Amino acid sequence: MSRVPVVSLEGIHKFFGTVHALRGVDLSIDRGEVCAVIGPSGSGKSTLMRCINQLETISAGRVRVNGELQGYDERDGRFHVLPPRRIDAQRRKTGMVFQQFNLFPHKTALQNVIEGPIQVNRQRRAEAVRLGMGLLDRVGLSHLADRYPSQMSGGQQQRVAIARALAMEPEIMLFDEPTSALDPELVGEVLDVIKDLARNGMTMMLVTHEIGFAREVADHLVFMDQGCVVEHGKPLDLLDNPQHARTRAFLSKVL
Amino acid sequence: MAEKHGPHASEKGKQDEQIVRNVIIPRRHPGRWIALVVLGLLGIEIGRSLLQNPNFHWDVFLQYLFAPTVIAGVGWTLFLTVTAMALAIICAGALILMRESDNPILRTTAWLWIWFFRGTPLYTQLLFWGLFAVLFPRLSISVPFGPEIFGVPTNWIITASVAAILGLGLNESAYLAEIFRAGFKSISPGQTEAAQAIGMSRGRIWWRILLPQAMRTIIPPTGNETIGMLKGTSLVLAVPFTLDLMFATNAIANRIYLPVPMLMVAGFWYLVVTSVLMIGQYYLERHFGKGQDVTGGRHV
Ligand SMILES: Nc1ncnc2c1ncn2[C@@H]1O[C@H](COP(=O)(O)OP(=O)(O)O)[C@@H](O)[C@H]1O
Ligand SMILES: [Mg+2]
Repeated sequence: MSRVPVVSLEGIHKFFGTVHALRGVDLSIDRGEVCAVIGPSGSGKSTLMRCINQLETISAGRVRVNGELQGYDERDGRFHVLPPRRIDAQRRKTGMVFQQFNLFPHKTALQNVIEGPIQVNRQRRAEAVRLGMGLLDRVGLSHLADRYPSQMSGGQQQRVAIARALAMEPEIMLFDEPTSALDPELVGEVLDVIKDLARNGMTMMLVTHEIGFAREVADHLVFMDQGCVVEHGKPLDLLDNPQHARTRAFLSKVL
Repeated sequence: MAEKHGPHASEKGKQDEQIVRNVIIPRRHPGRWIALVVLGLLGIEIGRSLLQNPNFHWDVFLQYLFAPTVIAGVGWTLFLTVTAMALAIICAGALILMRESDNPILRTTAWLWIWFFRGTPLYTQLLFWGLFAVLFPRLSISVPFGPEIFGVPTNWIITASVAAILGLGLNESAYLAEIFRAGFKSISPGQTEAAQAIGMSRGRIWWRILLPQAMRTIIPPTGNETIGMLKGTSLVLAVPFTLDLMFATNAIANRIYLPVPMLMVAGFWYLVVTSVLMIGQYYLERHFGKGQDVTGGRHV
């Protein structure tokens, strides 16, 4: 297998006006690796994730997916903005699951899942439906294929959202607090799906407040604070033996 | 837990025999009956005073209800409404894309268009379109500041009906553009982001994700506008365009010196057309409410 990391972030800075949301983040995620990101609210976790699939434009640094620079063509030390077509193609390689699910409310569960394969990948409808039903089955929802999002629970909606992202066969799945908008009894069903993906070797980046879950599934744990990666390493090392005072302070609050 | 008389023990197998359904006595509504009687009496009295009143000339009303110029007037009014609305919808669609585009020149143009057409009276615009052939006698394509390549007299193209449609349609486009913008604004940005995340192009996101959702909020006010347009067609007299329903009934009224029955004829047909439009709106709303106006599970 290739040595090139699926995602590599080099010196990422992000400004929102005068707010310095990311202050030089370096990180790389290898194929098959599960990288969990924890940190206090406002520390830049979401922003970092959104920079990877270009929902935000970065102010400095480089994002690479499979070694390919994202969003720009770098020539003579300058960054030339890529045409929209190329950016859309790059985005296909990263699947994103949002805290608020963001399912398309006018489409059924199955229609949500096959929208990308049909519209973007130009798959034939029958083939897309077969693939879509398989994915819904994988998240345990094939019996609800014809339901609209408004007729499903939060946990079910989030599982459909995961199936929708998987349908594009991304190189990496990005989860931004996938269970934070769910009632406590629904968290488990979504985490089970993510665990299953991890077992099957999916490369993932996961922002979460479920520290126990991060400890269980993550290969790599990253602690962020105030726009910086303060500390990262094996989950057990980081959780049981944090090196930084800020990490210790955060963990004492959430554990 | 294991008690025989726990709630679970008594539930199973006994549902059919043992459950005594609540006997529900509906609340009484004496007010409704009183209202019915009062309004019924009022209705009868008003109907009687209208029908038996010789000043309304119901015989004349019936005589002209299906008169050829009246029916033609209904047709022209419908034609003007539909074509002007179609023009307005196309322009408004273009305007909304221009306004949301990254190109500052397109954005400004759209803004100026809306500013101008909303800011001047429709009557004035119709007068202007009527005078267009006088102001610009020839329409031509030419080299800038150079000779003409191709040209025709303006009144070959801008006929009275074209002037009426342009006047009504362009004015309406400015209002529709604002309605459309409000419709698109009501959608959460998360919808665009989710579509971008699966790699959809901007055009596809507009067409497949945003537009169907925006339609829900766009349709009711657009229905309003269509009905307003239907009645607004009576202003085309300014062009002058003289075949629409209002002009036709007025012409007859002036000829027979009986304005009231002819006003009733016009009112009758406007009501008929409006009713048909409302039925169309109902089906459109139902189509685009899919998945969002879910009624299942509501107690009826
Ligand atoms: N669109 C935005 N405009 C301005 N500031 C923003 C925007 N998005 C995020 N921020 C700021 O960037 C910082 C990081 O936010 P975020 O990445 O959402 O943090 P987290 O996900 O860790 O809670 C915060 O200070 C937040 O206020
Ligand atoms: Mg966040």
